[in-house]
Amino acid sequence: MPVIEIQGLTKTYPSGLQALKRVDLTIDRGEIFALLGPNGAGKTTLISIICGIVNASTGTVVADGHDIRKDFRAARMKIGLVPQELTTDAFETVLATVTFSRGLFGRPGNPALVEQILKDLSLWDKRDAKIMTLSGGMKRRVMIAKALSHEPDILFLDEPTAGVDVELRRDMWAMVRKLRERGVTIILTTHYIEEAEEMADRVGVILKGELILVEEKTALMKKLGKKTLTLNLVEPLTTLPADLADWDLRLSPDGGELEYSFDANAEDTGVPALIRRLDRLEIGFKDLNTRQSSLEDIFVSLVHRDGEAA
Amino acid sequence: MTFNGYGVWAIYRFEMARALRTLWQSVVTPVITTALYFVVFGGAIGGRMQAVDGVAYGAFIVPGLIMLSLFTQSIFNASFGIYFPKFTGTIYEILSAPVSSLEVVIAYVGAAATKSAVLGLIILATAALFVPLQVLHPVMMLAMLVLISVTFSLFGFIIGIWAGSFEQLNFIPMLIVTPLTFLGGSFYSIDMLPEGWRTVALFNPVVYLISGFRWTFYGAGDVAIGISVAATLGFFALCLGVVMWMFKTGYRLKA
Repeated sequence: MPVIEIQGLTKTYPSGLQALKRVDLTIDRGEIFALLGPNGAGKTTLISIICGIVNASTGTVVADGHDIRKDFRAARMKIGLVPQELTTDAFETVLATVTFSRGLFGRPGNPALVEQILKDLSLWDKRDAKIMTLSGGMKRRVMIAKALSHEPDILFLDEPTAGVDVELRRDMWAMVRKLRERGVTIILTTHYIEEAEEMADRVGVILKGELILVEEKTALMKKLGKKTLTLNLVEPLTTLPADLADWDLRLSPDGGELEYSFDANAEDTGVPALIRRLDRLEIGFKDLNTRQSSLEDIFVSLVHRDGEAA
Repeated sequence: MTFNGYGVWAIYRFEMARALRTLWQSVVTPVITTALYFVVFGGAIGGRMQAVDGVAYGAFIVPGLIMLSLFTQSIFNASFGIYFPKFTGTIYEILSAPVSSLEVVIAYVGAAATKSAVLGLIILATAALFVPLQVLHPVMMLAMLVLISVTFSLFGFIIGIWAGSFEQLNFIPMLIVTPLTFLGGSFYSIDMLPEGWRTVALFNPVVYLISGFRWTFYGAGDVAIGISVAATLGFFALCLGVVMWMFKTGYRLKA
């Protein structure tokens, strides 16, 4: 069941910059969706339109059944946003700013809930501290607390772990999973593939204002996934035998390892034939392993491919 | 939900808290400044000036001085209130919140107007310590005080949205509002001006505001009270119209 439906969304800034060319996207309730793309691809513009910070040039967005323009109140009450920049009121206390956010989003005061949110984010001890006295990581937590204060069903995390240390990143991932268990839909943008790989159910790749791919993460990795077979040879080779020219092989510099890249989804991966041929050539190997390529490899190849097409 | 009362209240309280945090700057500074005017113009010079329209000079300048504070403080409070979130980027939260433009205006302008109206009353009380005061039409006086606070807070809100730098934020108050107020009869009756200049002065909108406010004190002004009230309401409507247009188009707020 879709929780966000985006149709024909475009955005051209007054400067003439076409930030979004045409985006159609459906996000399902309760999923974690990672929007992946290099800087300037249009990730933040897309999020900003859905959250009401930027006006779309054309197209519609429906959030939880509410058009974000015609029915902006209902739509926005469902949405929480943690922006990329650490923008907070320097002189406010943590507790005051989170309480403010809850009211701003049209919810009656609920000190117990605010306390719980602050405790979940390890901010309770700092509740009376002025925000400007906090570290960058703590400020990031404050922004998350603000975004969660009105109990949104949809949470946008724009580059949540940019410039964040490993500990906070782990905490954040744990928090995201906890929210998902509660049924919150999470859309995060990132250019760390690791993050998408770790967290997401589905991945969308945005490039130069176009959503060039939306796929289940596992399916994506399977579909575009290349595998690498590595053979540890008994006797190092100095050169690749001509009889092996049919395979895309690489020899390690010391000649002790043979690497073969293949498409894991192809009818014929070429692996059995390779093994037979090696056997016939009496090239022995002690060990072998195959490795699935990461999202990073997939992403790089996509960006690369698009660059060639352009 | 048709009206986000919690949202309006949250912004209003935030803005009022900001004033309390900067109490010195918000209240004490204008009060001291105004007290200095009374000491200089009311006490030192006023004693040597003849009464204007039958009112002692020290008392005569009180409505004008309150107006001067209302203008500058309303503009300052409201313009700073909206400009600062724009400057720091925290405006993102207001823009993404389920608050309508009208609610945002009510909250920011309401808070700014509350602050300057309270300040106006404090200055009035301060003035009473220095000069003998009378208020012939107290209800009208309060109504004018509130209406002008709201109007100039709206005006300040517009400046705050328009401004792209702190310099621009100060430009209109310093270069337009203060001179117009000084020339608008804060310290004299425009009847004291030569014939030609009196006609010129009538093009200064501030004359109508100060005149109207002075009427509520002493029952006499430079222009008829009806004209003053109409001018004030006209300026109020103009500012409101501009603000609504700004939000409708996203002017300087949304890309």
